[in-house]
Amino acid sequence: MADVRNDLPDPVVTLTGFARALRANGVAADPSRLATAVDALRHVDPLDAEQVYWAGRVTLCAEPDDLPRYDAVFDAWFRGRLPMPPGGSGRPGTTLRVRPLAGGPEDESTDPDERDEPDEPLRTAASAAEVLRHRDLALLSDAERAEVNALIALLAPRVARRRTRRTRPGGRDAVDVQRTVRRLLRTGGEPAELLRRAPRVKPRRLVLLLDVSGSMSPYADVLLRFAHAAVRVGPASTEAFTLGTRLTRITRALRQRDPDQALATAGAAIPDWSGGTRLGDSLQAFLDLWGQRGTARRAVVVLVSDGWERGDAALLGEQMARLARLAHAVVWVNPHRGKEGFAPVTAGMRAALPHVDELVAGHTLAALHDLAEVIAHA
Amino acid sequence: MSPSLREFASPADLGDALDAAGYLSDRGLATAAFLALRMQRPLFLEGDPGVGKTALAQTLATITGAELVRLQCYEGIDASQALYDWDFPRQVLHLRAAGDATDRTELEHSLYDRRFLIARPILQALERAPAVLLIDEIDRADDEFEAFLLEVLADHAVTITELGTIRATEPPLVVITSNRTREVHDALKRRCLYHWVNHPEFAREVAIVRRRVPEAAQGLAEQVAAAVARLRTANLLKPPGVAETIDWTRALHLLGVTRLDAETAEATLGAAVKYREDLVRVQRELAELLGG
Repeated sequence: MADVRNDLPDPVVTLTGFARALRANGVAADPSRLATAVDALRHVDPLDAEQVYWAGRVTLCAEPDDLPRYDAVFDAWFRGRLPMPPGGSGRPGTTLRVRPLAGGPEDESTDPDERDEPDEPLRTAASAAEVLRHRDLALLSDAERAEVNALIALLAPRVARRRTRRTRPGGRDAVDVQRTVRRLLRTGGEPAELLRRAPRVKPRRLVLLLDVSGSMSPYADVLLRFAHAAVRVGPASTEAFTLGTRLTRITRALRQRDPDQALATAGAAIPDWSGGTRLGDSLQAFLDLWGQRGTARRAVVVLVSDGWERGDAALLGEQMARLARLAHAVVWVNPHRGKEGFAPVTAGMRAALPHVDELVAGHTLAALHDLAEVIAHA
Repeated sequence: MSPSLREFASPADLGDALDAAGYLSDRGLATAAFLALRMQRPLFLEGDPGVGKTALAQTLATITGAELVRLQCYEGIDASQALYDWDFPRQVLHLRAAGDATDRTELEHSLYDRRFLIARPILQALERAPAVLLIDEIDRADDEFEAFLLEVLADHAVTITELGTIRATEPPLVVITSNRTREVHDALKRRCLYHWVNHPEFAREVAIVRRRVPEAAQGLAEQVAAAVARLRTANLLKPPGVAETIDWTRALHLLGVTRLDAETAEATLGAAVKYREDLVRVQRELAELLGG
């Protein structure tokens, strides 16, 4: 057990600061985990860096994504490899680069704080809303966009249901032996009525894969909001990822209640925002790390992309075939689908099409509404 | 006094004991297991299939002198399969045998006696101290099941409505494994020590194979470990784990092979590669796989 020596900094203070730095970098090091870490430190040698490293890692981290962040913050905090202001918010390179999301890339000059209070709030006339429903989402003004964002939050796609192995009382088929016998005990062992059970149903898993490459950037903000609405309505059964040049899981960020906050956190987590597209590679990363293990199994998978593939289209086709074998249904959302003269001619789109159950548009609010319907009946 | 889990002085001490029992751990894993024992916290292990998560729980049971109780999770698993169940047929027999003679309240009371309770794995682990409780592949169970576990993991106790609370005389060491097919609820994870188990590096993997298949030649173990390491970087649908390296070496040894060549590798590839698409690809590049 470590006695706190006068010449050493108080380990509780050091660890508290360390946990704060971890939290600022997106590691789930909450106060209860911090208390566990302080406890763990009593059991190891506090002067042995390796033991401190492992004691902190097993208590403060919660998933593989946390591990590289933990390593970086540990290096900075305890080994002083990077300058870090006391109580600082994170590594200099990744200090929560909150990207301006609401307006897309063209909007970068606008101060994100101003966007919370749109200059001229639109009066919600029914006809205005109706017009808005069919406006291309890439061509909205700021005020219209705020209105659309509010409407998207209401879409909240519900997913089709599946039967589970769990049962509930009721139905007319299987006899519920446990409950029947329990009832029978109450009547002194005389056979009473037969009680039945029926399978329970619950929503299928919904997996959203959003292409955030440059060509999709006019729609990225709106689609992230759609993903936020979906994650909020089914936090346990919805997963969201972004594809671009690499795969990023944004489910955790999107679980926050406030959409703007959630989008800012998600935006900070996406390293390849508005970059190139290597759909095949990032889809393969999704299937390797998540999909095949279970996330895509029996799930409704929605892939949002225009199919502009810079990489090998054959690889994309291969991975789409794999996805189709795992998933219950694959829905491809292409924002250009709803426009006049659309034909799925991009190489990526052509390779993927044979493995897609539904190809839908996603360029207007009405189209997103249709998408919610497709998801609900998949 | 009941026997208790063996204590260890330091992570290195525990690592040596694991080593002596045939499980080669690294510093991180030894520290995680050491802290789990010391702090009486569940150990939550994640990692690719076949990296030795389940084997760790088995070895921990051996070296601490505890009984291993294993609970394999699956979708729809519930309290009556994981915690306890009442033995209804025996209760009915008891009731019929007692007839009308006895006092009704007393009869009712005697129905919910401990002897009519069937202990399922979690209750078994609480009652049989010292014990190691392995909750295997918790990601296969659904979230409703995690709620049952919270009470057990926090208090080391099970509350049975008719009987009262059964508390462990000595808390079992709980090892939870997950293959990450879904995210386990944070409330559960927060009670645990979390460790991600990596594939071992080459030298350690050879040592593990030598330990598990001592009859195989050193050269063969090295060749197989090198081939598996190359397979892991070959973008397969299912990269082989340590379990596959061991299986493959064992299969080759059973066939009397002492050096891995293209012919024997092709014949035994099924021990390491488990998907048809992967097999086709690996067979095409078999020469490169063995070369170098």
